[in-house]
Amino acid sequence: MIGGSDAVYEILSKETLAPAIREYVIHAPEVARTGKPGQFIVLRLHERGERIPLTIVECNPEAGGVTLVVQEVGKSTREMGDRFHVGDAVLDFAGPLGEPSEIERYGTVVCVGGGVGIAPIYPITRALKQAGNTVIGIIGYRSRELMFYHDKFQAVCDELHVMTNDGSYGGKGFVSDPLRTILESGRDVARVWAIGPAIMMKVCSDITREFDVPTVVSLNSVMIDGTGMCGGCRVNVGGEARFACVDGPEFDGHQVDFDLLMSRQGYYADEEACSLDRYLTAAGEGTAT
Amino acid sequence: MIVEKQTPMREQPPAERRCNFNEVPYGYSEDEAIQEAQRCLQCANAPCIGGCPVGIDIPRFIEHVKERRFAEAIATIKGANDLPAVCGRVCPQETQCQGVCTLGARFEPVAIGRLERFCADWEAENEPCCPEVSPDTSRRVAVIGAGPAGLTAAGELRKRGHAVTVYELLHEAGGVLMYGIPEFRLPKTIVRREVDALCQMGVEILVNKVVGQIYTVDELLANGYDAVFIGTGAGLPRFLGIPGENLNGVYSANEFLTRTNLMRAYRFPEYDTPIKIGERAVTVGGGNVAMDSSRTALRLGAAESIIVYRRGEEELPARAEEVHHAKEEGIRFQLLTNPIELIGEDGRLTGVRCVRMELGEPDDSGRRRPVPIEGSEFVVEADTVVIAIGNGPHPLIPQTTEGLELNRWGNIVADPETGQTSKVGVFAGGDIVTGAATVIEAMGAGKRAAAAIDAFLSDNR
Repeated sequence: MIGGSDAVYEILSKETLAPAIREYVIHAPEVARTGKPGQFIVLRLHERGERIPLTIVECNPEAGGVTLVVQEVGKSTREMGDRFHVGDAVLDFAGPLGEPSEIERYGTVVCVGGGVGIAPIYPITRALKQAGNTVIGIIGYRSRELMFYHDKFQAVCDELHVMTNDGSYGGKGFVSDPLRTILESGRDVARVWAIGPAIMMKVCSDITREFDVPTVVSLNSVMIDGTGMCGGCRVNVGGEARFACVDGPEFDGHQVDFDLLMSRQGYYADEEACSLDRYLTAAGEGTAT
Repeated sequence: MIVEKQTPMREQPPAERRCNFNEVPYGYSEDEAIQEAQRCLQCANAPCIGGCPVGIDIPRFIEHVKERRFAEAIATIKGANDLPAVCGRVCPQETQCQGVCTLGARFEPVAIGRLERFCADWEAENEPCCPEVSPDTSRRVAVIGAGPAGLTAAGELRKRGHAVTVYELLHEAGGVLMYGIPEFRLPKTIVRREVDALCQMGVEILVNKVVGQIYTVDELLANGYDAVFIGTGAGLPRFLGIPGENLNGVYSANEFLTRTNLMRAYRFPEYDTPIKIGERAVTVGGGNVAMDSSRTALRLGAAESIIVYRRGEEELPARAEEVHHAKEEGIRFQLLTNPIELIGEDGRLTGVRCVRMELGEPDDSGRRRPVPIEGSEFVVEADTVVIAIGNGPHPLIPQTTEGLELNRWGNIVADPETGQTSKVGVFAGGDIVTGAATVIEAMGAGKRAAAAIDAFLSDNR
């Protein structure tokens, strides 16, 4: 019988993957049972917290756990890293939200992950592999010490390219470099997934457009409710306003207006800095700048 | 002797209140309430009851107030209405109970809304009134959406002895009462108090539940629920469809109000969710949500808050009281004006290009259709624009429920008397059926559906 409250969203595990990048498994059985690759959740740490959208990395229905990877970039994500430990609970946790990735047997696919986008593209990569695709992975980090999930990708990719911007591991450069090389080599790539910073997704989409390869990107625009109500996450796709939360978060990368996305992502930069400074000052760490 | 005028309600002076989020009217004292109750004629035919979408026995509760029997007054109200502190504040009484008040034919009608509010607030400060709950029927009903329709349906079903679970998508129950209507018009502590009262009656409310994803409606019916009520509201914001709507500084009213109300952005950085307002805010629209948005903009610190509406003053769909309050606070009304483009620099809004309108022939709604006056374009400078032109049905349940008949706008088709949908055991009511309407109309639909669900459960024993 359905019903009854399971509303203690306890942190079952917490691992530091790299500096300021942490992996959490949070107890949320209903989401763990139904969440699919490409979907996201919204969590809130406490009474005064904001609603934080995070893409689902993994669902474990048996243990009732949902895996998330959090990059500590602002006040809320820092606070989660500093103050929320195994056994603690976050106040709110809602999901799954958004449309799942369209996992099919396409043939050969390329999965491109950049920075913290490597976490959300991992379950998609794995699902594509399980669906019988030949999977080429390209993952990129700023530097060697920020690497995570490298081994996980190794296990689900037929071919893996690792890039670091500074060349401290793997190839030196950007994820777009091997993507271009692969497409130029004339290999029959049926579809590309690219998840990461907006600029990375833009560059990858520009390249795949040249080769006419369908490309899926996942947009992390600013949102409040995550359920279709605020419209704050609206993005321009093919000249039309679409809501990342309910129409996406995945869209055709060739149709997305990335400049608009980046402009909208930056709208609260001052407030975000103010909030972080205030938090760090209170935590006795001085200011962020 | 008949007192021609209503007992006035004291309120925060406009110059003060435009800078804070505290509630505007203070409410009646006991003596003021009794004084107002004495104006009621106690008509035998009681037209006011028929004017109330949930059918409160208005003369009876007013008689109790007159006799200083406040506990009985609130019990009478609560027999028909589970959210009296809310309704006393946000119902459009002037077109409902007070609109048909016999006294109103010649003088000011009895201030029924203020009296209802008084009784509810008296209860909160004195003795809680818990409505009687019938013995357990062992039937279970799932309610989707904890807004006015869902909460009312839940309360009514619980009173009839059914076990009720309310599934809410957001992190707090209340729906539009929580995310939409501002604190200065409906304090959130009051919403919480009314929600708590339902929980006291044994209604189970689960927040953060994405029904449609974690369970479909069919799964609820297959797993222990005997009936489902859908009250998921009109949550999908409409935009104007003009150039520049994606500029930074352009908000849907839903986003603007949700940030402020549900997320408490007016207390940023103490609360984590920010909002930006700037010097000049323009709200597009003429309904209650537009009034709420423009008044919120002032309180967030806008030096100037302007309403742009394409028709004239007489056509404003907002309640007269809200328009009055807005004007008192210094909101500027730019009427017969339609935005045609939002302009900006470097992705940031700087102004609204508008065109002046004149009223032509009546349209389908019976209101005179506004027509643009050629060559009358002008620009209103703005740092923030709030689009308050209405909402469409929240799509989650309609999209994930098989066999649920929808109309061409995506609203659920349901019998207006019973809420019965095209699916057996599935009922719906409120804005998800009618499109955006009032709190009390949604509550009326919830109440009628509860009666129909009760009958359905008795027939299917």
